[in-house]
Amino acid sequence: MNKQARTVHPALHTQAVVARLRKRHRRERRFRAYCIAAVGFAVLCLIFLFVDIISKGYTAFQQTAIRFEIFFDPEIIDPDGERDAEMLAEADYAALWRQPLLRAHGEVNTRALRRELYRLVSSGAAFQLQRMVANDPDLIGHKRTVWLLASDEVDMVVKGHVSRHLPEAERPVSDRQLAWLDNLAAQGLVEQQLNRRFFTNGDSREPEEAGILAALMGSVYTMVVTLMLSFPLGVATAVYLEEFAPTNRWIDLIEVNINNLAAVPSIVFGLLGLAVFLNFFDLPRSAPLVGGLVLTLMTLPTIIIASRAALKAVPPSIREAAYGLGATPMQVIQHHVLPAAMPGILTGTIIGLAQALGETAPLLMIGMVAFIVDVPQGFTDPATALPVQIFLWADSPERAFVEKTSAAIMVLLVFLIAMNALAVYLRRRWEQRW
Amino acid sequence: MTYIKRILTITAAVSLACASTALAQQRDQIRIVGSSTVYPFATKVAEQFGRTTKYKTPVIESTGSGGGIKLFCAGVGVQHPDITNASRAIKASEVETCMRNGVRDITEVKIGYDGIVLANSKRAKRLTLTRKHIFLALAKEIPTANGKLQRNPYKTWRDVDRSLPAVKIEVLGPPPTSGTRDAFSELAMEGGCKQFGWIKALKKSDKKRYKAICHGIREDGAYVEAGENDNLIVQKLVANRNALGIFGFSFLDQNKDRIQGSAVDGVAPTFDNIAGQKYPVSRPLFFYVKKAHAKVIPGIAEYVRAFTNDKAWGNDGYLSDIGLIPLPRAERTRMRNEARSLANNVNR
Repeated sequence: MNKQARTVHPALHTQAVVARLRKRHRRERRFRAYCIAAVGFAVLCLIFLFVDIISKGYTAFQQTAIRFEIFFDPEIIDPDGERDAEMLAEADYAALWRQPLLRAHGEVNTRALRRELYRLVSSGAAFQLQRMVANDPDLIGHKRTVWLLASDEVDMVVKGHVSRHLPEAERPVSDRQLAWLDNLAAQGLVEQQLNRRFFTNGDSREPEEAGILAALMGSVYTMVVTLMLSFPLGVATAVYLEEFAPTNRWIDLIEVNINNLAAVPSIVFGLLGLAVFLNFFDLPRSAPLVGGLVLTLMTLPTIIIASRAALKAVPPSIREAAYGLGATPMQVIQHHVLPAAMPGILTGTIIGLAQALGETAPLLMIGMVAFIVDVPQGFTDPATALPVQIFLWADSPERAFVEKTSAAIMVLLVFLIAMNALAVYLRRRWEQRW
Repeated sequence: MTYIKRILTITAAVSLACASTALAQQRDQIRIVGSSTVYPFATKVAEQFGRTTKYKTPVIESTGSGGGIKLFCAGVGVQHPDITNASRAIKASEVETCMRNGVRDITEVKIGYDGIVLANSKRAKRLTLTRKHIFLALAKEIPTANGKLQRNPYKTWRDVDRSLPAVKIEVLGPPPTSGTRDAFSELAMEGGCKQFGWIKALKKSDKKRYKAICHGIREDGAYVEAGENDNLIVQKLVANRNALGIFGFSFLDQNKDRIQGSAVDGVAPTFDNIAGQKYPVSRPLFFYVKKAHAKVIPGIAEYVRAFTNDKAWGNDGYLSDIGLIPLPRAERTRMRNEARSLANNVNR
């Protein structure tokens, strides 16, 4: 059978019909092409976004370091030899790396030149040595090989984000610094290393020291509060509205309001949080607890609507069968309806949480847009969140923060993708077809 | 479904625990709010302070100068911030609010200067402007030869002055909510505006009108409000070689491979020119300390001491490395003494 014969009955095989049919098929193909174009455009945008972020951000996972032979000189660190913690904290650790660097560069003899030479190394290097001594005071008097971070300007040149072929006045490192750097590199003392600090540090003004752990933990604490509150509240509301609520004007009013709340801009919830939680209840500013409360308000409508849809999708026959076997309404809901609706409810919850994870506007009002160095240890410690950290870095003047911004976006995207993947998995795992 | 019950119990327990810790709130960490311009400098000091002393690293919020002062003046007590950063001096009306809420002793610390630069892409010609050019190019209404006002007719820089290139006027700058915009209006726009004698005379007779003329920026598309993010403006300049951008000096300093600053009144925006008070469009930066908190919150006096140390705000201090223009030596000494004694120098 050929194609023509299958689609057109011989009796209808007149010229007019064939022409009309051809036209309809053309229209069909055109429509399909439009749809494919729309998908293609979306995919293209997505690819562009990913390529842009990843190409800018992947270098942030490496950091330039310079090798030093550090002698932990007791004369500098602990002249009294008492190993007193406070004395140890006040010592001039910068001298530990500056002295060998100066010895290796005999020609550096003026103050200006010395400053220029010292700029090769991050100003956080002294703290790195301080931490080493604080963790292990027995180091004092011994020699160790230590990789110290290079400054962010050097890092940008080594990674090629700032071209070294520009005229001297237009790049952050001078000709002399470049020569010193090349000399060190020729001796194998300069290396790109895995940037572990990015995952273990809090925020910092030094791009080479900055990490996202504080923001990540802030996000985690906030999400825990949000989940703990919005999931039980949302599910309970949905169960009541779907299973118990009488049909009257009040219930209609509540339903309309819930649907409206889902569309309220998130900044409004931030203002509400400021007025209620901070000003009225006197909860601490910048705390993940308050952030979680505010995001709960924002997430609740999403969860309620998704849960109601999931409950509605459970066929009445299940309920009737349970009632028929003598179950009470509570037993019907707890033993049959809720488990059957759980995949849909969980999907809605995770999507709501993913939305909350990417939210910055409401956090601005309650003080979570802040410089946080110490990793928060609990729900009331000052904290910030991942998207806020991205916003703060994107607004920093240092060039090296550009790659950090993109890297932080990558981390946030990984989280979002993981959460959505979990939603898909849960749905696949427990979904029942009736 | 016993696990629902369990979740409910845990929720109740967590919220109770949180509420009880919140009620027993005792703060051992300095809280700072305020200007996004001062934010990079304050965070740098805070970080050093946290690492070299036994105190915790202060928490710094970037709320903008006005928002910061509002929070700062809301009252005395652990729930209110201890210090606010500002890219302009506190206003008399704000001091009154402070007084009304019981915030009596405030120490003003001027920390240095920030130059506001007009920059364009390296691929275009460097501009040499005067404040009068800037005013004529960007004002909503400009004076005519016969002492009247007319809507700004200029389309290109050449229309403004024969010495300038025939390029369309296209300036990316901060929105009115920004402190940078306030300072730009006051220093650059007003500086050019009052070079017209009759407008200058208005300042005495009709101050409101004077301000409207001098601070009014055109809304016909020549001035584009590009948001608070200065990095975004830099990126747009790189992409569009005809555009001129307005932002803080540190962004020019960090991107000098891609953009160049226009000279204003014959002075290029360099570190030395701004520090030597030669560059006309530069503004002072401040922070304000609440004296009543200094006795309660540990570390405030030490933080002020760290900020006013020459290692930080001096000529070769680490703040100058990231673009803060230091105060002249004599002023720095005077400011340091006032700051360290936490003298009330705002509402005497």
